[in-house]
Formats: sequence, structure tokens, C-alpha cells
Amino acid sequence: MAWFRRSQENIQTGGPKKDVPDGMWTKCGGCGEIIHRKQLEQNLFTCYKCNYHFRIGSKVYFEILLDKKTFKEMDKKIRSMDPLNFVDSKKYSQRLDEAVRKTGLMEAVRIGTGEINGLPVVVACMDFAFIGGSMGSVVGEKIARAIDAARLKKHPLIIVSSSGGARMMEGALSLMQLAKSSAKLAQLSDAGVPYISIMTDPTTGGVTASFAMLGDVHIAEPAALIGFAGPRVIKQTIGKDLPKGFQRAEFLLEKGFVDMVVHRKEMKETVSKILTLLQN
Amino acid sequence: MAKVMLDFEKPILELEQKIEEMRKYADNLDIADEIQTLEKKVDQLRQSVYTDLTRWQRVQLARHPDRPYTLDYIEMMIEDFVELHGDRGHSDDKAIVGGFGRLGKETVLIVGHQKGRDTKSNLYRNFGMPNPEGYRKALRMFHLAVKFNKPIITLLDTPGAYPGLEAEERGQAEAIARNLFEMSHLPVPIIVVIIGEGASGGALGIGVGDRILMFENSWYSVIAPESCSSILWRSWDYKEQAAEALKLTASDLVEQGIVDRIVPEPLGGAHRNAQEVANTLKEILLEELKALKKMKPGALVEKRIKKFADMGAWKE
Repeated sequence: MAWFRRSQENIQTGGPKKDVPDGMWTKCGGCGEIIHRKQLEQNLFTCYKCNYHFRIGSKVYFEILLDKKTFKEMDKKIRSMDPLNFVDSKKYSQRLDEAVRKTGLMEAVRIGTGEINGLPVVVACMDFAFIGGSMGSVVGEKIARAIDAARLKKHPLIIVSSSGGARMMEGALSLMQLAKSSAKLAQLSDAGVPYISIMTDPTTGGVTASFAMLGDVHIAEPAALIGFAGPRVIKQTIGKDLPKGFQRAEFLLEKGFVDMVVHRKEMKETVSKILTLLQN
Repeated sequence: MAKVMLDFEKPILELEQKIEEMRKYADNLDIADEIQTLEKKVDQLRQSVYTDLTRWQRVQLARHPDRPYTLDYIEMMIEDFVELHGDRGHSDDKAIVGGFGRLGKETVLIVGHQKGRDTKSNLYRNFGMPNPEGYRKALRMFHLAVKFNKPIITLLDTPGAYPGLEAEERGQAEAIARNLFEMSHLPVPIIVVIIGEGASGGALGIGVGDRILMFENSWYSVIAPESCSSILWRSWDYKEQAAEALKLTASDLVEQGIVDRIVPEPLGGAHRNAQEVANTLKEILLEELKALKKMKPGALVEKRIKKFADMGAWKE
């Protein structure tokens, strides 16, 4: 079969593989439709055919939620210290450096101030791309500072969650961030400042068991996975397949744990409407 | 009854058994000297093994099947205990117990996770893994404590909140989050004691308070070592390394600024002398309560929130 062999060097595909395809076409994770980049952007990274919501980061979400050029980021430079000198198959400090390099982000959450249809708000948005959106000391501290800012300015707070849970590599310190963020929210609540929690795919573990489930109003994106334990763990525990739609946004609406499931395209207007009603 | 033997304490327990056997014959035989020598030896062995335990060995002690549980401490420390049941919404979760009783002269609310001792009681207690109604039952009792201005003591000992289908349906995450939120501003003193296993959100769900005490041979972390091993090492075999990496013992947590005080245990663990441990705990609790009762409710809550707000390690 010599005629079948390449006569020249292999064709080079150029550069290392990228996690996020930056080509012009993207395949929908829901229905498999091939969607053009421009169209995807126009649809705020949702599928025009099946409404599948692609996972997006804080950068896009702030654009979706806030009026143009109103976002001012706060406490950009807080970084983790690797307090336990944690090493598994890799050093945690190395994981952090890699995450920073790969995502261009400093941590798994960004916080700041902005406006929604002219209404000043404090916002926080998690980035799942940064170590699975896991919550360690820095995420906890930034969330706490966002809450403090909302309380002191008396501006409504909006937190967009996407997280695999608490960050294992900071041990009990990560766990304490659940208590820390919840305690701060109790203060915010006592001060009568509204807090809207937006849950996107996926919101699980410690983040769900703290600030994500403590909003005055809970909004979920369609089909977002929201829960305490992950589906794999539950499946292992009960030894049965999970029912279709289990732990999805619509399931939580049915069970009474979110107020509404809102398409990303209507998110800003919905939030704006709620805040206007609550504040006027 | 066959004694439960952890691998690392085998030489000690074997020697202890031998001494016990020899004592039976001590009346007829002149072996007092030999017994004495062996006792010295076992003492030395105990010192060397138990004073320098690895983190994983402490996890094993925290899970020791003879270890006293919440109801044992209640029986040993609390007088006139009246147990309360149910969350008034769904059912009575047997993995969390609680009620009012007297600690010394003080009426307190005491709430804790409850494990079972054998298969039957473990099934009844769901192995100490609460469902959402367990956390809601605890919260209902916390509100009663506020209503009647009684301090709260919680005892933490759980392998985790139950990761079941119905638990999710009934909002396990919401139930835990609600408790963290509410506990952080309850206007009565709260003392939290980790008596055995403090596994993640399932433990913390009744674990927000003014003072956090931890038994010498207990563990408290964001995840159990085995689960950590399975996720980060992709194998169940690295539990020892995971326990080391997680730094989950009482002294570790004091260093991390999470735990305020360690409750000492006799050599070999709390089960070696449960009554002694209960007495120590009672004394410590009374001392802590005395100090907390001097604070006004507003200052108490403010300090509690600050305590948790200060937890974490970051740089900027």
C-alpha cells in the first residue's frame, strides 16, 4: 500500500489544541446544529433552534446584563495564597497559574458596579472556566466584598453563579466561605437591600448551598443544572438512573426552589423589571 | 464482644488483651512482676502511637464505631433532656436530634448529628446523613431557643448531607444555605463542637456559631479524604495523601483560624473513657457559655459575622 502513504511530511494543523473553538462555526451542545459565530453572538450564545444555552463567562454576562460601558470592576487583584500548600497530582499553586494563563482571569469570580437600564447595581459573576468555578478563599472574599458594597451603597446585588462547588485545594477554608457569604447576606437582608440570584449551568455544591440559594428572587437559565450533590454521586448512592430533567432549572421551578426560568435574551429586562418593582 | 481494632493500634490492643488474660491467673501464679513490665511497655507503646497520629489515623479514630455520639453526650452531660421531633413541614429526620435540657444550672438547646451503632440503628439514623428536613428541624429548634432566650450548643458528626434523589427534590442546598444564613444572626450564644466527622456542608449546616470547638481526634473539611482522592487522584487509593493534603485535624484548623479551642481526649480516643470526655466537654461548655452570656445580642451577632468574614487566605 505504498501508494497510500504520504510522500511528504504530515500536514501540520498549527498550534496546540484550544479548549474553546474560536472558528467561525460552533456545534450546538443541545441539538447539534452548526451555528455561525455571528449568529451565536447575536443570540447571546444560545441556540436559535433549540434554545440551548452555551456556557459563557463573566465578560459576556456583564455585557448582557449591564448598560454599555457602565461596568467598573472592583478588587481585581485579589489572588489565592495556597494556604495549605496543597499538592495532589499537581501543585495547587501551579493549577492556579495555569488557570490564570489559560483563561486570562485572575479568579473564578469577578465583581463590580454597573447600571441596568440606568439603575445602579452591584454585580458578581462566576467563571466556570477557572478551575470549575470553584469557591475558595478569594471567591468567598470577593463575594463578601460585593455584598458589603451593595449594603453600603444601598444598591441591589446581582450574583450570577456557575460553579462545581467549594474548592477542595483550600480544605476547610473553602468550606468556611459558605458560612462567610451567607453571613454577609444576612447583613444585607437586614439592611433591606434586594438580592437577585441568577443560576446558570452548572450551579452545584457549596455555591448552591450558600449564596446562590439565598436570593430574594431566584432566576435560572433554561436547562441549567442546579443542585447540591452532583448527578453522578446521586446515581451512585441510589443505584438507579435519574429521571429525565432531574436537577434542571425547570425541575427546580416545579419543586419550588427557583422563582422563574428566564431565557438569556430576556434576562436583563426581567432583572430590571423586578428591581424597579422592588425599589419604587 | 469483639473489639474493633484499627490497623495502627493492633499492637497496643493485643498487648492489653494479653495483660487482661494474665491478670486472670495472677492469683494462682506469681506473675505480678511480668504484668507490671508489660503494663509499662503498653504505656510506652500508647504514648508513641497515639501522640503522633497521622491525619488519616485521626480520621479513623473519628469514625471509630465505639466513639460516643450526640445522644451519648446528651445522656452524660445533660439533665432533664426533652427531645423534640420533626420539622413541621415534611417529617422527623433521625439523623439530626435535639431538644432542651440542663447543662449544669443552665437550660440549653442542644442539637447534633446522630449516627447509629449497628446496621439496624444506622439504617434508622441514615448513617448520620441528614435530609433537608433535618436541617429544617434544627432551624425550627434554633428559633425556639431564640424565642425563649436559651443558648444553643450543636454537636457535629456526619459523613455528609445525604446525596439522595428526594434530598435534592426537597432542596438539600437550600436547607443548608438557609441554616447558614439564619444561624449567622440568631441573637443567642451558639457553641459548635465537632465531635467526630465534620464532612463539608452537611456538617456546617448546623455549624455556624460564636465559638467553634473541636475534639482532638475529629476531622473537619470541605470533603472526605476518600472522595477527594477519587476526584483529584482519580482513584480511591490515595485517602491517606488526601487527608494529609486537606489538613483536616483539630490542630490544623486552629492554625487556619477556623477552630477556637481543642477538646482533649484520652490516649486512644474518646471511646476509651467516654464519661471523662463528657465531663471535660461539660466543663469547657459552661466556661465558654459564661463568657458569651456577658455579651449583648447585637454585639454577639456582629462579632459572629466578623469571625466568619475574617476566614480565608488571600493576597492583593
